[in-house]
Amino acid sequence: MIDWLALPISIPLLGAVLATAFPSRSSPIGLTTALLAAAAALIAGVLVAEVGPLRSDLGGWGAPLGISLQADGLSAALLAMANLVSLGISVYALWYFPAGSRRHFWPLWLLLWTALNGLFLAADLFNLYVTLELLGIAAAALGALTGGRDAVEANLRYLLVGLLGSMTYLLGVALLYTGLGTLDLGLAAQSLTAGPLAWISLALMLGGLLLKAALFPLHFWLPPAHAQAPAPVSAALSALVVKAAFYLVLRLWVELFGPVAGSGAASLLGALGAAGVVWGSWRAFRAERLKLLAAYSTVAQVGYLFLFFPLMAASQLPRQPELLGALVLLALTHGFAKAGLFLSAGLLQKTAGHDRIAELGPALRALPAVALAVGLAGVALIGLPPSGTFVAKWILLAESLRSGQWWWVPVVLLGTLLASGYVYRLLASAFGPGAQPVAGGGPAEAPAPIGRAIQTPALIMTLIAVVLLGLGAEPLWGLMSGSPP
Amino acid sequence: MIPDNLLPAAIVLSSLVPGLLIFLLGEERHVLRTALNMVGALSKLVFVWLLIRGVYDGRIFETRLALAPGLDLVLDADALSVLFVTLSTLLWLVTTVYAIGYLEHSPHRSRFFGFFSLCVTSTIGLALAGNLLTFVFFYEALTLSTYPLVAHRGTPDAARGARVYLAYTLGGGVLLLTGAVWLQSLAGPVVFTQGGMLSDLAGERDAQLVAIFFLLIAGLGVKAALVPLHGWLPQAMVAPAPVSALLHAVAVVKAGAFGIVRVVYDVYGVVLAESLGLLAALALMASVTILYGSLRALSQDGLKKRLAYSTVSQVSYIALGTAIFGPIATIGGVVHLVHQGVMKITLFFCAGNYAETLGVHRVSEMNGVGRRMPWTTLAFTVGALGMIGVPPVAGFVSKWYLGLGAVEAGSHWALLVLVASSLLNAAYFFPILFRAWFKEPPARWPEEPSPAGRLETSAALLWPPLITALLALAFGLFAAAPASPLEWAELIAQREYGL
Repeated sequence: MIDWLALPISIPLLGAVLATAFPSRSSPIGLTTALLAAAAALIAGVLVAEVGPLRSDLGGWGAPLGISLQADGLSAALLAMANLVSLGISVYALWYFPAGSRRHFWPLWLLLWTALNGLFLAADLFNLYVTLELLGIAAAALGALTGGRDAVEANLRYLLVGLLGSMTYLLGVALLYTGLGTLDLGLAAQSLTAGPLAWISLALMLGGLLLKAALFPLHFWLPPAHAQAPAPVSAALSALVVKAAFYLVLRLWVELFGPVAGSGAASLLGALGAAGVVWGSWRAFRAERLKLLAAYSTVAQVGYLFLFFPLMAASQLPRQPELLGALVLLALTHGFAKAGLFLSAGLLQKTAGHDRIAELGPALRALPAVALAVGLAGVALIGLPPSGTFVAKWILLAESLRSGQWWWVPVVLLGTLLASGYVYRLLASAFGPGAQPVAGGGPAEAPAPIGRAIQTPALIMTLIAVVLLGLGAEPLWGLMSGSPP
Repeated sequence: MIPDNLLPAAIVLSSLVPGLLIFLLGEERHVLRTALNMVGALSKLVFVWLLIRGVYDGRIFETRLALAPGLDLVLDADALSVLFVTLSTLLWLVTTVYAIGYLEHSPHRSRFFGFFSLCVTSTIGLALAGNLLTFVFFYEALTLSTYPLVAHRGTPDAARGARVYLAYTLGGGVLLLTGAVWLQSLAGPVVFTQGGMLSDLAGERDAQLVAIFFLLIAGLGVKAALVPLHGWLPQAMVAPAPVSALLHAVAVVKAGAFGIVRVVYDVYGVVLAESLGLLAALALMASVTILYGSLRALSQDGLKKRLAYSTVSQVSYIALGTAIFGPIATIGGVVHLVHQGVMKITLFFCAGNYAETLGVHRVSEMNGVGRRMPWTTLAFTVGALGMIGVPPVAGFVSKWYLGLGAVEAGSHWALLVLVASSLLNAAYFFPILFRAWFKEPPARWPEEPSPAGRLETSAALLWPPLITALLALAFGLFAAAPASPLEWAELIAQREYGL
């Protein structure tokens, strides 16, 4: 029998090894690996949707001794998103990187992919730590790939912050292990009770993860790191790596700490999320460079995700899967949209030679498909229909009002207006006077030739965010209700 | 032919699919693009015909798509939506012909027609919306798909107009969204129901219902150009003429007015709205807007600007008819939804013809234009007389019912508003007609690219205003005919008041 949970981890790992061993063939190896890994992850996701949560004990050693993998609706949804986005990024990276840096890119990228899939599938707290650490190191190395001074500086800070975050998390895990004698998530959840042990380990584990998830005010490292990285790496950092840390927060909250944490902790998370929404949107609105704008918008979007915590804490059981569905929908939509935005930013940057927003008009007009992708990403970031964000925000607002926590409403509305502002600044120049797009979408004044093929990953991702997740996301709630409450 | 549960979706898709395909076409694929446009517009007409027949026979059409648990996108058809959908479909067909002629040689045609189709799709979607969520969904989509049309020319003026448009409408959208979500959190899914669906909540939740009403009306009022939320409309006049025509007649402005009718009649219900004092507030806003718009129109020299302020005024007739508590005023308001559409689109087509053919943009340049372009000016005259309310043009029927309704409901002040506004309408339209027909034409027109041929302007520009002017006449002359807009409006009023 094939172990569909192990494959999404082992395929990219094998690919990373092969790409390191045969640097001259790294591109074909990388692309093949990307296709296979994405296929395996999607099959795993479909299996979860069809038969319910899966669990697999590697080598036949179950908890508490061996390494266990598990996948429920929550992990399956994020796994599928992450692997589709990664596939798109891989296709794009084939074109983006010059031959010289390709052989550095692929091993690191496939390693990051391994860690990502491992993180979504790991079933115990220690393996979660291992994948988290691996993810942070691979991400920082990728971010510094250009070797520029600013990039190295930003990513060194990123690396140190990441280490601090995962060490804090590990400290919490150690404390929990001392108290409970198990690292398995399910077993720990059964024996954890409210008390100092729970609270201190909660503070340590979540504190470390919040740093990595860039929740305001712990977001300070994100904008420089994400803005300095090469475009495909920025896409992965903003769409996936931050999401992975958030996934862990959510997983721990839903399974471990939610029942024992009390509403104060949830309200704190919500308040920080609200501050992140406002501050991130405002900074994005004021940003002068496209990639910095996209990075700050990630800070805001992470903030939205945390607004769900006080609502989940206040809601009774039947409402919880509904909220969880909306939360996951928001995370997935942002993943696709933000990856598409960063990939588009890379194309615009190569065409224009810079990413100053005020002067991007000609590049946007020369690449109508890219302008469309930016527009669609904008629709998703603002939360306009028909994007998935619209549905998720509707539920977020409705639940805030229903549970009497109306004060989240103005926050969401302000964030929405600011997002409209920054998307408008980005796209207004696309309608300026000037050259007609050359038939066939070719470049009018581009130094680097940008073919149609390379524009498609961004377009497909943003279309998924706007059309598919907006109109066809209903099965997501069925998937979520299968996961442990 | 088409299953009943898919017909509403087919009506929406018949403009969406051609629109998306047009985006993919190169600039030079003129024939294919035109074919796609026409196939879309004609097939929509056929689908709407099937819908009308079915609704007449009492069949139920409903397309339902679950977005999330408890959140359904619903498209269905009642008398009000049939009225609006028919209007939109007819005028879209005419405007498409006009736009093809108008944009013959200008750049970015694929982008234009793509967004044009999306704009119509959104309008049709909100016309068929069966609940508030669906309405908000398409209302926001309309905001978005119209922006590129306003910005289309790419000049600094166009950029400014589009920015103002976007700022107003997105702001309004946020208010509408807030109101809609709030209402839904109180009442559950807000399904449009004749006579209203909130009477259970009245009593203990009155204060919240009033607050929600004003949020909704403020959100809708931005698009409907209620004073003081109208500021974007004159600025948006920089858009190409077919866009202005569609914007004023069916798409954006009318979407706001349609929404107000929906909220008052099918969400709150006219009885509850009256008992909460909401109708009086709405009537006040509408009256102020009617008078203010007419006053401002007086002093505008730009022809399109004058027409824009006239729209500000005329669209609020719909709100006024809705806000007067009585079935006859309701008939007047609802039927004006259609009548104002055909008359105003005629006027904008004509304004576009003057600008395209002769370079005439200002009222002061219109001396003797009737001799050079008699047919266009004839159509313009019909539209203008209709706006003033001269029989037998359609506008007279609207004003007749509005006035009668005001008297019936004892709201004599509304009669005063109507009279004052009609006088003002005459004061800003008659000088134009006088200039056009009776003054000597200048030796040279500001800009006349091609000398007059057999027709006064190209056929694609000439026929649309003639057709819509004829419609405006027919709706007035045959108002009592079966299946006329007036008959539909009577049906709607009867059902709302339970007569």
